[in-house]
Amino acid sequence: MSQKPFLLAAEGLSKSFDGFKAINDLNFYLDEGELRTVIGPNGAGKTTFLDLITGRTQPDEGSLMWDDGKHDLLRLNEYEIYRHGIGRKFQTPTVYNDHTVTENLILSLAGSRSIWHSLFGKITSTQRDRIAEILTTIKLAEHANRKAGALAHGQKQWLEIGMLLAQEARLLLVDEPAAGMTDEETYRTGELLLSLAGKHTIVVIEHDMTFVRQISQGRKVTVLHQGHVLCEGPVDRVQSDERVIEVYLGRKSKAA
Amino acid sequence: MTAQPITGRIQLPLLIVASVFLVGVMPLLNAYGLIEDFTLNLWGKYLCYGIMAISIDLLWGYTGLLCLGQALFFTLGGYMMGMHLMLMIGKLGQYKSNLPDFMVFLGHSKIPAFWQPFYSFPFALAMVFLVPALLAYVFGYLAFRSRIKGVYFSILTQALTYGAALLFFRNDLLMGGNNGFTDFRTLLGMDLRVASTQRILYICTALLMVSVVAGCKWLTHSRFGLIQRAIRDSENRVLFSGYATANFKLFIFVVSAMIAAFAGALYVPQVGIINPSEMTTEKSLEAVVWVALGGRGTLVGPVVGAISVNALKSWATRAYPDLWVLILGGSFVLVVMFMPKGIVGLPAQILTILSKISRKQQSIDSPPSISEPETIDP
Repeated sequence: MSQKPFLLAAEGLSKSFDGFKAINDLNFYLDEGELRTVIGPNGAGKTTFLDLITGRTQPDEGSLMWDDGKHDLLRLNEYEIYRHGIGRKFQTPTVYNDHTVTENLILSLAGSRSIWHSLFGKITSTQRDRIAEILTTIKLAEHANRKAGALAHGQKQWLEIGMLLAQEARLLLVDEPAAGMTDEETYRTGELLLSLAGKHTIVVIEHDMTFVRQISQGRKVTVLHQGHVLCEGPVDRVQSDERVIEVYLGRKSKAA
Repeated sequence: MTAQPITGRIQLPLLIVASVFLVGVMPLLNAYGLIEDFTLNLWGKYLCYGIMAISIDLLWGYTGLLCLGQALFFTLGGYMMGMHLMLMIGKLGQYKSNLPDFMVFLGHSKIPAFWQPFYSFPFALAMVFLVPALLAYVFGYLAFRSRIKGVYFSILTQALTYGAALLFFRNDLLMGGNNGFTDFRTLLGMDLRVASTQRILYICTALLMVSVVAGCKWLTHSRFGLIQRAIRDSENRVLFSGYATANFKLFIFVVSAMIAAFAGALYVPQVGIINPSEMTTEKSLEAVVWVALGGRGTLVGPVVGAISVNALKSWATRAYPDLWVLILGGSFVLVVMFMPKGIVGLPAQILTILSKISRKQQSIDSPPSISEPETIDP
């Protein structure tokens, strides 16, 4: 219906696990350059939605189109989807613990993914500069030669974001970046994501409302509930929406 | 902390000294009669096992794929070489026929078509690589495409080995049945039963081992090596970083099958016999124990493990034949429990313990400082 080109368009997506509808008739449209925050109570289907986009799970029905409908993501596997420029940060930081911070970034650098290249390819000076630049951005320059497993939890989260940057992803899917971080680290993570907005299209899944307020700044927030989009809009409007208060914020504030 | 650089620095000189000793000094001492022919031959056999152990570690220690079928690739390489050696016996066999003895015994009068090309040594050598590589490729392709991982992969490789052993035990496969191949006479015109030929074979084995270690060192230090270990530690992340992990696993699986096969091809003329009992699952499991004992995730560890376990076996099966299995199992348990890095990890482990003790000694000697957290009661 819409003539505006979407970077990512999900229509009528559904996915059940043993009868439980994790995703239920989900429609989701994303513009290029957007910084979108997705919130929702536990079990709303946020992570499953990312699994569908990145090819980790296949939906029961619906469509997932990439880059103005040019590519059908459902026909591609994980690494093909990645090669279209979709990068993902997992909920629990997933880095290569036995590799140094630099090696983690080397493996994530954009470029050939062939076996031949892995055997004989050299790292160019441009790539080395790029790694140095990313190390500064994610504030891990002093830890460049430390094993990633020795990093603090927050630093691992940052490293994983750095790995998405090295990949030069068009779309960054960031699953709960602030989980397990101190308030200070959370704030700095927010700053980092804001500095990347515009250069990359970003989808952030988050629970922490202070963090959501910090990064959304009047941008669109999507509320998921029972695998369905409950409402979309700026954070203030979303937070005053009665349905949202009922299913999410209301319950959450009672619990707090 | 300090232990790591010290053991790291002496590693390369130590490797070079060991290589020179194995490739040059040992055969020289043998030529002058200072090392018995029997001992050199035994070491040739150990080194073949060592090369197979490296091929297991490439999969297990570096890529996280515990393959329980490596003895199959080793034996297949051996069988390919064995076919050539059988044909080279010619009319010198028991039945004075052009056919290998077992074929005469089974009532055959013509050499089967698939045996014919094995008269050529280059063909046999090519088959040493190609047959195991093809099997590894087909099996690996199916397993990795279906994303068979972890213990399921191990069980499947074990089943493959078991199936192959059953097949080779059958006489109608025309591969010698349960007696396999033996009674070899010549290789490339050289008499296999004289010491000088055996010495040449030993040198080839030692050279192969040195080049396999060097080649694997290069491989594991390339970006491919980084990806290998990344697959071991977090395959999902690698997949979501755009790498087709199945292809990388397939590549290393085929490479390691070829390494094991080459070792098997050198093993057969030195030991003088090959039969299906070499490809049973016990043999594969034993080889995994060598790797664990020597030091998983290193290149020297598997060789050290293979040599020491087999040297122990040579002695123990003579001294305490009934207890050998218990000794092997017991030492495996001990290493797994107390030496996670195996024998080659031992120096670093001892240094760490020593430095811990000396640190404790220091804290006992010096008066307790206020900043010591242990002195504060909660």
